[in-house]
Formats: sequence, structure tokens, C-alpha cells
Amino acid sequence: MKITIRERIKKNKAKQSYQNTIEKAMPLLFFLMASLSILVTLGIIYTLLRETIMFFTHISLFDFITGTEWYPFFENNPSYGIWPLLSGTFTIAIIAMLVAVPIGLASAIYLSEYASDRSRRILKPILEVLAGVPTVVYGLFALTFVTPLMQTFVTDLPIFNALSPGIVVGIMIIPQITSLSQEAMNAVPQSVRDGAYALGATRLEVALKIVIPGSFSGIVSSLVLGLSRAIGETMIVSTAAGSTPNLGFTPTESIQTMTSYIVQVSMGDATFGSTIYYSIYAVGMTLFLFTLIMNILANHISRKYREVY
Amino acid sequence: MKNNSVTPDEKQIDRRIIKNKLAKGVFFLGTLFGIIVLAALLIRIFTQGIAYLDFGFLSNFASRRPEDAGIRAAILGTIWIMSITIPVSLILGVSTSIYLEEYAPRNKFTRFIELNLANLAGVPSVVFGLLGLTVFVRLLEMGRSILAGGFTMSLLILPVIVVASKEAIRAIPQEQYDAAYAMGATKWQIIRTVVLPAATPGILTGAILSLSRGVGETASLLMIGAMTFIAYTPASVLDGFTVLPIQIFSWASRPQAEFQAVAAAGSIVLLVILIVMNTLAIIIRNNYSKRY
Repeated sequence: MKITIRERIKKNKAKQSYQNTIEKAMPLLFFLMASLSILVTLGIIYTLLRETIMFFTHISLFDFITGTEWYPFFENNPSYGIWPLLSGTFTIAIIAMLVAVPIGLASAIYLSEYASDRSRRILKPILEVLAGVPTVVYGLFALTFVTPLMQTFVTDLPIFNALSPGIVVGIMIIPQITSLSQEAMNAVPQSVRDGAYALGATRLEVALKIVIPGSFSGIVSSLVLGLSRAIGETMIVSTAAGSTPNLGFTPTESIQTMTSYIVQVSMGDATFGSTIYYSIYAVGMTLFLFTLIMNILANHISRKYREVY
Repeated sequence: MKNNSVTPDEKQIDRRIIKNKLAKGVFFLGTLFGIIVLAALLIRIFTQGIAYLDFGFLSNFASRRPEDAGIRAAILGTIWIMSITIPVSLILGVSTSIYLEEYAPRNKFTRFIELNLANLAGVPSVVFGLLGLTVFVRLLEMGRSILAGGFTMSLLILPVIVVASKEAIRAIPQEQYDAAYAMGATKWQIIRTVVLPAATPGILTGAILSLSRGVGETASLLMIGAMTFIAYTPASVLDGFTVLPIQIFSWASRPQAEFQAVAAAGSIVLLVILIVMNTLAIIIRNNYSKRY
């Protein structure tokens, strides 16, 4: 069959217009998919807001923010003061940071300033494995290994306490602090280090006086991100910290965090529409705000105060 | 001449060198700490759970008696959840990263999307659980089903997949694009025939790593009400489910030591699955990723 020139042009044009449609349609499709992530955020905020507002039609906002007693399960006269849950959450976070900050930074400095290429290639993947252990396994480890271990040091330590989940949460965030800090330290150019070495500085002096000041914003932002993860950690505290809302810094007692309260309620049968049901959203909102502020802060610190070489 | 005497300068240098050596030791011990903990954790879980780990453990449903307890429903539930999470999160994640890397103009809205993704990655999973509970379980009336769980999980790991895919796409050198443009290719043709094939190993590696995080994820699925006692094989996406980490949690929170040993046995299975997934990711990264 012979195709005339005219037909061929026509065919090409049809093909081209099809191609043009695709060229125009694909970016739109991808744009819609990308926008979905914003929809997810809006969904989270909408969900939390709607149910939290419902909660505050039952309980006054003032009582929630200022109350120092959290007894939602009392039949008559339940009290919803957020402070015991906040103090539980921060007890865990403080213990975790006491473990994770020195150890995480020490490993970061070792890996970035002291370790040979070979030992770095061995050590880093091991730390990555530590980061990949599921939190529920960490929880089991805290309950059945760290708590008995701690009981040999601290007499009268109850099975459920803040100390051992706090330590294990700290262990969980070590790899994150290490790898983010090390990344920041790597961004300090070798030439700056070499300059200091040429003046006769030891590795320690280079690390403390050159590398850490040069990567300070990155290090601080990694610590804030670690703190935010410690606050949001759920399974370790649900497994090993018990469920006793306790006001004050009480590492050797059973406590309850915001996350473990949410889990406790969702595991039980809180009737849909009851005050207890809405309370998990109010607690979730508080948790969300705390972690959001920290993430924004971490982002801001690493952007704004970064040393540019 | 006094050869033996040490000048104050030399003394100071000695002090600095000793300080440096001490510090090195301390930093090394810090690094070692993580490794020791990992070893302790693995040994502990292994010795605790190995006695309960046999074929019956894999093929039985959960039971009130620790010696009969098994993870059949949990394994099946994990597979069901993943069969929804994998396509949904991959399609959404890869599309988002293609948009951000290839199409997005450098404007405020693009920056907003990127910032938003970074913040989503930091949202605690239990909050994602609240979202799933409200939107999928109640609002869209999916119930406490595999479908609701799979969608929740997809949203949870979406930010991680986007970051991994973006990195994979960014690693493709400009010359590849230039060559394709020189041949007269259009944008979409380049994405289809140059970008995606070159980025696939990187995307796969990142996807497997984020999915392995999903396999170990507990809190969000617990929130949408993954039941802890399921004694049937799910037949459709609207059935109830349990997953391995939740099964482990429900055993771990029982007071009897036997059940905690069963939980450890479940943890061994979970860790083995994760190790297999991670090894797969490393193999793909080492063997299929192109170096330019």
C-alpha cells in the first residue's frame, strides 16, 4: 500500500497531538500526586482539630492545660490535666537524651575524625542495623533484659519504670544522632582540618576547635530531631513504662507518656463519642504540636546557622 | 648540656598527645557501646525465644497456651498489609519525587511541598494511626480492615520513599539528559526511557528499606485497631487483621514469662524477615546501581 505524503503528514500530526497531550498530562498527574502529601498533612490537622474541639466541649481547655491530675478512667469526677502525661513524656526524653547525646556524639566524632576508612566501613553498617531494629523488639528488650539489669543496681525498682525504657529509647536514637552529626562533620572541608594539622594540632584539638564549631548547627539540629523522636516513641514506653500518670521527674517509678496513653485507650474499648475517646485526640494534638515545633526548629537551625565554606 | 631534662614546651606537647589518646579511647568506647548493645539484644532475644521456635510456631494461630501459640495470622496479615502498601506507596512516592525533581518550578509552592514532606517524616507514627482511625476506619467506613491498615501504612512510609527516590533521580548525571534531548526526546520520553530505568535500582533499594520499616511498624496499626486475636485466614482486604509486631506486643505485655519467650520467638522471625529485606536492598544497590 502506498502512503501519500499528505497522509503521512496527517498521521504524524495525529501522533504528535497525542504526544503533546501526554506531555501536558504527565506533569499534571505528577503534580496531583505530589500535592497529596499536603493533603495528608491537612488530613492530620483536620482530624486532630475536629476531635480535639469535640473534647473541649466536654472538658475546659483551661483545666486541660493547667490540670495536674490525669484520671480519665474515674467513674465520677474524672480529671483531664495534661501535666502528668507531659512530665512522663519528658522524663523518658531526658533519660534518653542523657544516654544518646554523649554516646551519639562520641561515635560521630570517632567515625568522622579518628576511624580509618576500613573500620568506618565496618562500624557504620552495624550502627545502621541498630537503627533498623523494630521498636516493639526494643520494648521487649527493655522489659525482659534492661529492667532486670537495672534492678541489680537500683533496689526496689518496679517492673514498670521510666528508667529502662528511657535508656532503650536513648539507644534507639543513637544511630540517628550519630549519622546526622557525622554528616554535618563531613561537610567541614578537609583543607580547614589540614590547616590546623599543619600548625601542629592534635586530632582532639581539630575535632573540638575546628570540626565541632564548624558543624555546630548540624549537630544541634540532629539532637533536636533525636529529642523529637524520643517524645514520639510509642512501643518501647507502652511495653516497659507501665501506665501510671505521674507528675514530676520520677525515673524509678511507673509513668505514662502521651503516646502510651493513646495506645492504652485505643487497645481498650473506649466507646466512640465518649470523653475518653476524644481525649486521645487532644493528647495526640499536643504530641503533634510538640514534635512539629521541634522539627521546624531543627530545620531552621540547620539552615540558618550553617557555616558555609 | 642537659640532654635529659624536658623543656616546658615538650611537657605541654606530651600532655596534649596523652589527652588526644585518652579522648580517642573514650570516643571509641562510645562507638563500641552501640555494637555491644546490639550484640546483647540479639543474643538475649535469640536465647529467650529459640525454644519456642519450630514449625508449629509458624503454622499455628495465636493461642492461650504458650506452647501452642503461633504467628500464622500475623505473617498472613503482614503479607496482606504489604500487598496494599507496596503499590500505593511506590506509585505515590515515585510520582512525587519525579514531580519534585523533574517538573517542579523553583517557587514557594514547591518549597512548601518539600518542607511539608520533611515535617511529615517527623510526625510520630501514633499520630498517623489517629489519622487512619478517623479518616479510613470511620470517615470512609473501611472499618478496622486490611485496607485501612494498608493505606495508613502507605502514608506513613511515603516521606521516606520520596526522599530515597529523589536521591536516586538526582544521581543521574546531566549528560544523560543532554544526550536524550539532543536526540529530540521530549520530557516525558526522557523520564520514561532514561530517568526511570537509571533510577530503578536506587528507588528499589530505598523502597525496600522503607518497607522494612513498615514491616516492623506497630503503633499506627495498633491505633486503627488491628486485632490481637485472629484465628482465621483473611480472605479479602475488608477483613480484620493482625501483624507480626502487634502479635509480639500483645505477647510481651502479658505477665507470664512463657509468653515473653513466645514474643522473643516472634521477634526472631521479625528480625530474620528484616535482615532478608535489608540484604536484598544491599544486593540491589551493589549489583545493579550504575556508576557514572
